[in-house]
Amino acid sequence: MMARRLFARPARIAAIAPYLWMALFFLLPFAFVVKISLSQTAIAQPPYVPVIAIAEGGWAGFKAALAQLSLDNFRLLISDNIYVLSYLRSLTVAAIATAIMLLIGYPIAYGMARLPARWQPVAMVLVIVPFWTSFLIRIYAWINILQHDGLLNKTLMALRIVREPVTWLSTDTAMYIGIVYSYLPFMILPLYASLAKLDIGLLEAAADLGCSRLKAFWLVTVPISLPGVGAGVLLCFIPIVGEFVIPDLLAGSDRLMIGQTLWLEFFTNKDWPVASATAVVLLAVLLIPLLVYQRLQQRQLGTD
Amino acid sequence: MDAESPKPEAMPVAATADAPLLRISSLTKRFAGYVAVDNLSLDIHAGEFFALLGPSGCGKTTLLRMIAGFETPDSGEILLNGDNIVNALPHQRPFNMMFQNYALFPHLTVEGNIAFGLKRLGMHASDVKDVVAQMLALVQLEGLGKRRPDQLSGGQRQRVALARSLALRPKILLLDEPMAALDKKLRESTQRELLELQRKLNMTFIIVTHDQDEAMTVADRIGVMDHGRLEQVAPPRQLYEAPRSRWVAEFVGDVNVFEGKMTGEEQGRVMVETRDAGTIIVPKPQGADDGKTLCVAIRPEKIKVSQRGPVNDLGGSAAINRLAGVVADVGYLGNATVYSVKLDAGAMLRASVSNTTRLDADSYQIGQRVVAWFVPADCMVLEQ
Ligand SMILES: Nc1ncnc2c1ncn2[C@@H]1O[C@H](COP(=O)(O)OP(=O)(O)OP(=O)(O)O)[C@@H](O)[C@H]1O
Ligand SMILES: [Mg+2]
Repeated sequence: MMARRLFARPARIAAIAPYLWMALFFLLPFAFVVKISLSQTAIAQPPYVPVIAIAEGGWAGFKAALAQLSLDNFRLLISDNIYVLSYLRSLTVAAIATAIMLLIGYPIAYGMARLPARWQPVAMVLVIVPFWTSFLIRIYAWINILQHDGLLNKTLMALRIVREPVTWLSTDTAMYIGIVYSYLPFMILPLYASLAKLDIGLLEAAADLGCSRLKAFWLVTVPISLPGVGAGVLLCFIPIVGEFVIPDLLAGSDRLMIGQTLWLEFFTNKDWPVASATAVVLLAVLLIPLLVYQRLQQRQLGTD
Repeated sequence: MDAESPKPEAMPVAATADAPLLRISSLTKRFAGYVAVDNLSLDIHAGEFFALLGPSGCGKTTLLRMIAGFETPDSGEILLNGDNIVNALPHQRPFNMMFQNYALFPHLTVEGNIAFGLKRLGMHASDVKDVVAQMLALVQLEGLGKRRPDQLSGGQRQRVALARSLALRPKILLLDEPMAALDKKLRESTQRELLELQRKLNMTFIIVTHDQDEAMTVADRIGVMDHGRLEQVAPPRQLYEAPRSRWVAEFVGDVNVFEGKMTGEEQGRVMVETRDAGTIIVPKPQGADDGKTLCVAIRPEKIKVSQRGPVNDLGGSAAINRLAGVVADVGYLGNATVYSVKLDAGAMLRASVSNTTRLDADSYQIGQRVVAWFVPADCMVLEQ
C-alpha cells in the first residue's frame, strides 16, 4: 500500500503537468485576450475599458459588468472587409506555400529515407543545420540575395537567363521563397519519420502481387505516409497563417496577411480590443484544420 | 533401402516424369564476393510440394527471392515451362510469395489485403468480392475481413498472408519459413491445412524451412542445402534412410558415426574395422575396396539396448553387431529414452528406445553394463 502511494503521487503529477502548463501559458493568457476582445478602446493605460471588475462586489456588480461586454469588435471584423481580405490572403498564402513545400519536401524526405542507414543521420543534420542561425538573420540574408544587385540577379545575368535585374523584393514570389525556405524542415521531418518506417518488404509484397514500381508507390508508400503528410501540413499551414515577419520583410505592402493587420491594430492604431478579436477569430479558424486532421486520423484507426 | 544410389526421380509426384514446371540451372548469386547460391540446379514439377532445408545462412531465402524476382542472379537460368524468366520483373512472374514476416499492408483491412492482387488484375469488383470470401473461408477467417492486420493474432496474420498469396492462384507458391513464428500446435495444424490446400488446388509449393520435421511432414521432395549448394534432393524417407553424405546424415536427424577401414567381405557384407567401436558388419557398399576409409552411420532408434546381447540366429548369420559398454547418460524425452553408452572400445554411442509401456521395466541406470546391438541392414555406409 505504502509503496503504491509513493509511486502514485509523482505519476499523477506527471499526468497533470502538461495540462497545468497549458492552463498557465495558453488558457489563462487566452482568457485575457478574449476579455480584451469584448471590451472597448479607451485613452488609458492599458488602452481599453476594464470590463470585468468583480471588485465592485456582489451579483449586481457582476451583472453590470456583463452588460458592458460587447461584440462590437467582432461585428467590425465582419463589416470591414480589410479583415476578411486579410484572413483570406493568409489562408491562401498558407495553402499555396504548404502545397509547394509538400511537392518539394516529399521527394527530399523519400530520398533521405532511402539513403544507406549510416547516411540518414547526416542528411537529418543537414536539414536541421539552418536552425543554428537565427530566423530573422536568415530572412535578412534573403533580402540581400533578392535585392536589385543581389546574388540571385547577378547569377541570372551571368548565366544570361535575364538581361536586366528582376525585381524580387516586395513581391509575392520573394515572400513564398522566404516562407518555403523557413518552414521546409517542418515539412520534411515528419514526412521522413513516416517514410523511414516504411518496410521495404511491403513494396516487395506489392510487386509480388502485380504492382509496377509506380503503382506500388501510389498504393503502398503514399497511403502509409499519409499521417506524416498530415503532420507536416499542419505543422506548416498553421504557423504560416499567422506569419508576420516574412510577409512584412519580403512581400509588398499592398495586401496584408492577418498577422500584419493584427500588428497594425495593436501597435499603430493602439486598438487592443480589435487586435484581440482578430486573434480570437484567427484561433477559431485554425481549429478547423486541426479538427479535420483529427477526424481523418480517427477514421484511419477505425475499420473504414 | 539401398545406400548406394539415391534416386531423385523415384518420387510420389502427381505429374509424371515429363518436362519440369520450373527448371533452375547453374544459378549463382554473390553478395560482395560472398557466394550465397553456388551453381545450383534443380527441377520442380507441377503439383509438387518441395521443401528447401538447410542451416541458417545457407542461401535458401536468396534462392527463393531469385525465383520470385527480387534478386537478380549473377549467372544461370530460371526456366518456367522452358522460357527463361531471369529478366522478368517480380510482378510479371506468375508466382506469389508468402513472406517470412507476412508483409501485410497495415493500411488495408484483411479483405483489402487479400483483394490487393486481384484488383491489379483488373478483375470486376463483384468477382473480387467472391474470391475474397472464398479465400477467407479457405483459411477459416470468416468474419474477420473488416479488421486491420494489427488487430489480429500472429496465427491469424499468417493465414491472411497465406490467403493473399493464394488468391491469385499462382503457378507456384513460394513460402519462406511460413510457420517460424507459430507455436508447435498451431504449426502442426497449419501444416495440415497447407497440405490439404495444396492437394485441393493442385498447386505447386516451394517451402523454405530450417525445421526438418516440417519439411518431412509436408514435402514430396526435400532439397538439403549447404553453403549455397544442394547436397541432396530426395523424398523424405530416402533422405533420412539413405543420405548421400555424412553431412546430410548428420544434418537430417540424429546419427552415430564411426570411421573405419574395410577389412573383409562375406555374403554381400563387409567388415569395417572402426577406430573406436570395434568391428562393425555393414552391407557392402558400391565400389568398396579393402583398406578404404569409410564412415559407418547408424540412427539411434535403430539400436536396441539390452543387458545381454541377442542369441545368435539359427540360420547361422551371426551378422548382428553387438557393442558392449556402460550407460553414461540417460535422457528421458517422454516418448523415448536416449541412452548414451560408453563403449568398451572407447566411442560414445546414442541409442533411442521407445517407451512403449508406462512401466519402466526396460530402463537402465547410469553405470549399468549393457549391450547395444543392431543389424547390418540398418547401417549406412557413407563416404567421408
Ligand atoms: N542483401 C544481402 N547482402 C549481403 N549478403 C547477403 C544479403 N542477403 C543475404 N546475404 C548473405 O547470403 C547468405 C545466404 O543468405 P540467405 O538469406 O539466403 O540465408 P537463409 O538460408 O535464408 O538463412 P536463414 O535460414 O537464416 O533464413 C548469408 O550468408 C547472408 O549473410
Ligand atoms: Mg531465410
